[in-house]
Amino acid sequence: MGEILLMKGNEALAEAIIRAGADAYFGYPITPQSEVMEYLAAAKPEERTGMVLLQAESELAAINMLYGAGATGKKVITSSSSPGISLMQEGISYMAGAEIPAVIVNVVRGGPGLGTIQPAQSDYFQATKGGGHGDYHLLVLAPNSVQEMADFVPLAFDLAFKYRNPVMILSDGLIGQMMEKVELFDPIPRWTDEYIREHHGSWATIGKTPDRERNIITSLDLVPERMEKHNLHLKEKYDQMEREEVRYEEISTEDAEYLFVAYGSSSRIAMKAVKLAREEGIKVGLLRPITLFPFPKKPLERLADQVKGILTVELSLGQMVEDVKLAVNCRIPVEHYGRVGGMIPTPEEVVEALKTKIINR
Amino acid sequence: MAKVKHHNIPLDQIIKPENIVFKRTKLFTDNVLSYCPGCGHGVAHRLILEVLEEMGIADKTIGIAPVGCSVLAYEFMDIDMQEAAHGRAPALATGIKRTNPDKFVFAYQGDGDLAAIGTAETIHTANRGENITVIFINNGIYGMTGGQMAPTTIYGMKTSTTPYGRDPKQMGHPLKITEIVAQLPGTCYVTRQAVHTPALVRKAKKAIRKAFEYQKQNKGLSFVEIVSNCNSGWKMTPVQAVKWLEENMLPYYPLGDLKDIGLD
Ligand SMILES: Cc1ncc(C[n+]2csc(CCOP(=O)(O)OP(=O)(O)O)c2C)c(N)n1
Repeated sequence: MGEILLMKGNEALAEAIIRAGADAYFGYPITPQSEVMEYLAAAKPEERTGMVLLQAESELAAINMLYGAGATGKKVITSSSSPGISLMQEGISYMAGAEIPAVIVNVVRGGPGLGTIQPAQSDYFQATKGGGHGDYHLLVLAPNSVQEMADFVPLAFDLAFKYRNPVMILSDGLIGQMMEKVELFDPIPRWTDEYIREHHGSWATIGKTPDRERNIITSLDLVPERMEKHNLHLKEKYDQMEREEVRYEEISTEDAEYLFVAYGSSSRIAMKAVKLAREEGIKVGLLRPITLFPFPKKPLERLADQVKGILTVELSLGQMVEDVKLAVNCRIPVEHYGRVGGMIPTPEEVVEALKTKIINR
Repeated sequence: MAKVKHHNIPLDQIIKPENIVFKRTKLFTDNVLSYCPGCGHGVAHRLILEVLEEMGIADKTIGIAPVGCSVLAYEFMDIDMQEAAHGRAPALATGIKRTNPDKFVFAYQGDGDLAAIGTAETIHTANRGENITVIFINNGIYGMTGGQMAPTTIYGMKTSTTPYGRDPKQMGHPLKITEIVAQLPGTCYVTRQAVHTPALVRKAKKAIRKAFEYQKQNKGLSFVEIVSNCNSGWKMTPVQAVKWLEENMLPYYPLGDLKDIGLD
């Protein structure tokens, strides 16, 4: 059993970064996730593990520091919130193109623009459909507890290196700010230079030795035939993610006649709504996508044969609902319920929405 | 012209190791350079590679190619390299060096890259005193995109976006970014060089060597500006371009060291 503590989501994330054996964190302050860098600064990671911590001059610089360090086979991570993540999009696109492993945490706040510092889930499209320019995807993990804020850090690193692709942990202001019990995993040692040379020396820019060709990290290729091949190679990685990395949780779906689909903080509200509705005799279940890309299409296809209708609950005007509709291919009614601008729906509101939008439609 | 005596010596007796006074560094790949004839990029590449070879640090060096004419620098340099987004090379360099302090890292950048879109990274990387080397090719124009105005385009200079000449009332002033960088306590060595004559090439090479020696001693950021021509962008022959550079660029961008805190 690991150490059990009461922590904020952002703090658990920060502690997990050190314990996961990260080599560097680069970031720029923004609410509601500034605790991440503050926690790291207080925790003296350079003494604990030798991890580098650097406050960059902007998110633009931070993501490009990630690019540079990640391209040397180091485990690198940044965290920010919506406006900062928008600023990083160019760099993220370059990293996807150049196949650089890295972890990017978005503790989402309401938008558009400067929006609000309150929680939202309105960056779903940006996170799951690419976000920057070009044909690419991030692998997206959506924690719904302080525990998962910690546990998804080493998982995200594993996936980033398995696919040589940036991984996003898509959290939100609620998960980042709330306090819960968390069981911390035991520290994982940082990789040695020998380990990196052995496992990532085929691509990482760690200095060209005479025994090998030079390693080049680039997203550029001006020869269309080669560039198309590269794009198809990236596509193959996304297809492999769809085959191997889909993660989700089902709650009370065995006998469900209706289904909520919700991720992150709204899945916590939906869990409570399941209980309330069942007390009233409404047989509703919950499917919680844990990976948003790849999206759990197959379980949804299966559940579409069983339930009469689906309500997605999101802190947005309706983004994930599009993927749910695609997955069930319009076979059953799919509706969206959400609050925005930092407002959080109550479980009662969600049950009410299920009745008006699905059951009594 | 000195009189040359002709002897009947067969070629194979001339071309032998003990007679070699100059050779191409092995760190140059065999790829054909993509630069226009007369351009300074190729010379700057060679000088960097010669320095890396002479210092014996090529296997510990990571170079960064920018967006600009030298975007394909990694095709020509036989070392591990990363290609950066436009203006972000110093941020990449920071990330590499902070996590690999035993490596040598250099960012190779044009004036648009370093002094327009990447100004914030340039200033802050220098100000943090990152132990890296920046090679800055100032040709007063955006070469890659076809000759538009650069932050360093001098007064009155015609470019495709200032077809009547750069007017400071409209476009502000040519930016002396190197002078700004020299002010920052994080820099140890800041110099302005050129490569359009053999004597200047030799000087520039010494400066690049010094910049890497500073990096070896972890003294902070070393910065070498190379005032270079872009005959294609300037719409001149190489010979005209060199003359124009001397008469117009150098008075505004005088050559020499701006800062040299001293090696151990
Ligand atoms: C974000 C972004 N904006 C614009 C461009 C287009 N672009 C490519 S190179 C370049 C200018 C490069 O000029 P400079 O840095 O002076 O280098 P040179 O080509 O003269 O060597 C521009 C504007 C780009 N690639 N990325």
